[in-house]
Amino acid sequence: MQFKTTSSPHYTPENSVNTIMRRVLLAMIPGTLATIFFFGWGVIINMLLACVVALGTEALMLGMRNRAIKPYLLDGSAILTACLLALALPQLAPWWLTCIATVSAIIFGKHLYGGLGFNPFNPAMVGYVIAIISFPKEMTQWVPPLLEGYTHLNFLQTFQVIFGGQVPAGLSWDAITMATPLDTLKTQLGLELSINDIHQHEVYGPMFGAVGGIGWEWINGLFLAGGLWLAMKRVIDWRIPAGLLGTLFFLSNSFALYDYSSFTPPTFHMFSGGIMLAAFFIATDPVTAATTPRGRWIFGAGIGFFIFVIRTWGGYPDGIAFAVLLMNMTTPLLDYYTMPRAFGHHWREFPQHTKKHDDE
Amino acid sequence: MSTASPIRRASLPEQLIIPLHQHIGENSEILVTKGERVLKGQPLTVAKAYVSAPIHAPSSGIVTDIAEYPAPHPSGLSTLCIVIKTDGENEWADLEPVSNYRDLSTAELRNIIRHAGIVGLGGAAFPTAVKLNPGPDHPIDTVIINAAECEPYISCDDMLMRERADEVISGIEIILHTLGAKKALIAIENNKPEAAEALQKSLGRTANENIHVVAIPTIYPTGGEKQLIKVLTNKEVPSDGLPIDIGIVVQNVGTTAAIHRAIHFGEPLISRIITVTGNGIKQPQNMDVLIGTSMAEVIQQCGGYTENAKQLIMGGPMMGFSMHTDHLPIIKGCNCLLVETTEQRQGMQTMPCIRCGECTRVCPANLLPQQLYWHASSRNFDQVQDYHLFDCIECGCCAHVCPSHIPLVQYYRFAKTEIWNQERDRKKSDHARVRHDFRQARLDREKRERDERLRKKKEMLEKKKQEESQASTAEIDPKKAAINAALERVKMKKASTTVTPKNTNNLTEEQQKKIDEVDKQRQASKTK
Repeated sequence: MQFKTTSSPHYTPENSVNTIMRRVLLAMIPGTLATIFFFGWGVIINMLLACVVALGTEALMLGMRNRAIKPYLLDGSAILTACLLALALPQLAPWWLTCIATVSAIIFGKHLYGGLGFNPFNPAMVGYVIAIISFPKEMTQWVPPLLEGYTHLNFLQTFQVIFGGQVPAGLSWDAITMATPLDTLKTQLGLELSINDIHQHEVYGPMFGAVGGIGWEWINGLFLAGGLWLAMKRVIDWRIPAGLLGTLFFLSNSFALYDYSSFTPPTFHMFSGGIMLAAFFIATDPVTAATTPRGRWIFGAGIGFFIFVIRTWGGYPDGIAFAVLLMNMTTPLLDYYTMPRAFGHHWREFPQHTKKHDDE
Repeated sequence: MSTASPIRRASLPEQLIIPLHQHIGENSEILVTKGERVLKGQPLTVAKAYVSAPIHAPSSGIVTDIAEYPAPHPSGLSTLCIVIKTDGENEWADLEPVSNYRDLSTAELRNIIRHAGIVGLGGAAFPTAVKLNPGPDHPIDTVIINAAECEPYISCDDMLMRERADEVISGIEIILHTLGAKKALIAIENNKPEAAEALQKSLGRTANENIHVVAIPTIYPTGGEKQLIKVLTNKEVPSDGLPIDIGIVVQNVGTTAAIHRAIHFGEPLISRIITVTGNGIKQPQNMDVLIGTSMAEVIQQCGGYTENAKQLIMGGPMMGFSMHTDHLPIIKGCNCLLVETTEQRQGMQTMPCIRCGECTRVCPANLLPQQLYWHASSRNFDQVQDYHLFDCIECGCCAHVCPSHIPLVQYYRFAKTEIWNQERDRKKSDHARVRHDFRQARLDREKRERDERLRKKKEMLEKKKQEESQASTAEIDPKKAAINAALERVKMKKASTTVTPKNTNNLTEEQQKKIDEVDKQRQASKTK
């Protein structure tokens, strides 16, 4: 009897890129639902818009690069980029801003480097940074999270704002948007107010909620839950979020202990802004993160460090995108210098040292 | 799957094809001729090199052919085989069992094992006698008996221990004696309680306190030599070293039984237990098969193939070689025939690496498979060695967990082969350069010597001429001198009038010198 021959191993692999992406999307659902609950229709519109644009751009780029469209389009990576981006953008961002950010993410963040697996920078963060640098004003159009004293738009009104750029009749931008707690805190601290003063403030006080701001604490909590599930399923490596959150906590705690009135408390850091989304869903993007165990610790810690620095002294209220991109740059270096000790080798054998044989 | 029924002895095939080279090391030399009748257990070859092993006739019969036949090797290439047409008599050659092996020196024991053609039966087929000779610089403390099956599906070692535990223990005692080792650890996976129990019972009978059965977790690839040592002793064999460097020798459990038979019965290695399994086999089971039996015949005796059998693999699912035909002989290193019903990886899209790091997590050698792949695929062979490519044991774990379905191990094999080729080419060119330099030096030397010879000759001639002219002037009579003078004059006249011959135009200095020399010689002979 004749047989076909193949190379070992002969087991069928169980996992696939598609499974990974699907699980990540699945884990995002609770946090996303909370975001929709607190921030309204804008989230859904942004997400749908970003997904459609991302898939379209992806198909276009794959076509132009003569790649098989179907398997790559269905791998889920474009959808994931779109969803992350949509969650990071303000809910009332005009449609063209979402489009520009998404198109930039897919083209500049991904395909110009060679598509899936070859991009050095996190595509969603590339899109976000292009948007925030180019259109800072539009990037502040956040919706108040189910807060009293503000008007909450229905679906039609939201649609009009996003696609028409018009504030519904009888309302002003101030009535429908609001600075995020992180932004507020930064501005007010800049005005020499103490943390306590800000929390007691009659206008700003209520938005801070219990730990991370009304809505934000729930959203972050649910993203944390989803992320823990991912780590348990080993879809993501726990070291990156652990390094990130650990560093952020350590730094914010140290500074808050040193001066609690002018440094944000660690609890707030951990539960405000996009921190949990960043720690479990953005920083863990395998393509752009370090791959070695020690490298991942450093990678996560680096992001935590930069987030704290930018939040505390930088020009932006939340520095996640910049922190991630900065650490993305270091991954080749991290991978090389944090190589694990191979079986039967000594720790002293640093990668470079093996080259010595050639010189001799 | 294959442990439900006891080990079955395969029926005697009509023909046995025994490849000469079934082991790691040098070839052995043929002792028999075509047409000769051989007896069961009679040596067919003799191992001349140190790292080598002979083969023996698995049954009595006539040697019908000594020629190249397809061998069970991934390349599908042919190799020199001895073909025996069995006569059904199963007539044994004279065997020389050892009554008390403790009376023999270790060298004598090793020699018996060597002449019995015993090689590692775990799959690598390294000559056992060599492994049992670590040399005086390497005292062996512990012998590890590898009773962890190499791979999933394989159960030949499990069945061997269940049914022939006494042989295993007896073999271990011989190994301990040969190596002078203190203790032996039988590493057995914790999913084989029956085998462990059988060994314990056997140990109870012998009351040998130096042999211990140790349960280890069933995690592939714990059966790998270095991995097993790590699990048992927490010691790591150095990357460029051998287990003997840390005082350990590892032997497969099947090999121990073979040693027992070689010493106590004088039987050479002519059969082995092999697992025939997989969804493509009607009756999966373990068979005791003569070396040289055709795979097709063995499978036939296991009920044959199911309808949807698609792939034949020699070895296990992780590291086995896929065979293109079943008309191949069973060899000493073949522990499993696996028949799969699905063609693996077919229709599965290979995606780009997303650097998820799963491969890093599962790599038993602690390598970065993803980086290795990256550099291997871009033919960056220096970098790939920086990442310790040659510590890769090709276990296939990384390729198995890869979500992008990249055939990672193929890339490593490619890179290894390329590096070996480069190394060979480099050696070749080094060799060529040395040869060129040597030739150049030789040519220079020859030229010098020739010049020297010429110079000496010239000097001698001149000396001779001088002596002769002195002699001639003394002896010459006036009449002859007058004739000579006349001849000289004629010659002078001739030279001035005749046209010089064309081929002496444009002479180089050297040529002119030679001509002058010849002229002088002529002159000299004339004057005589």
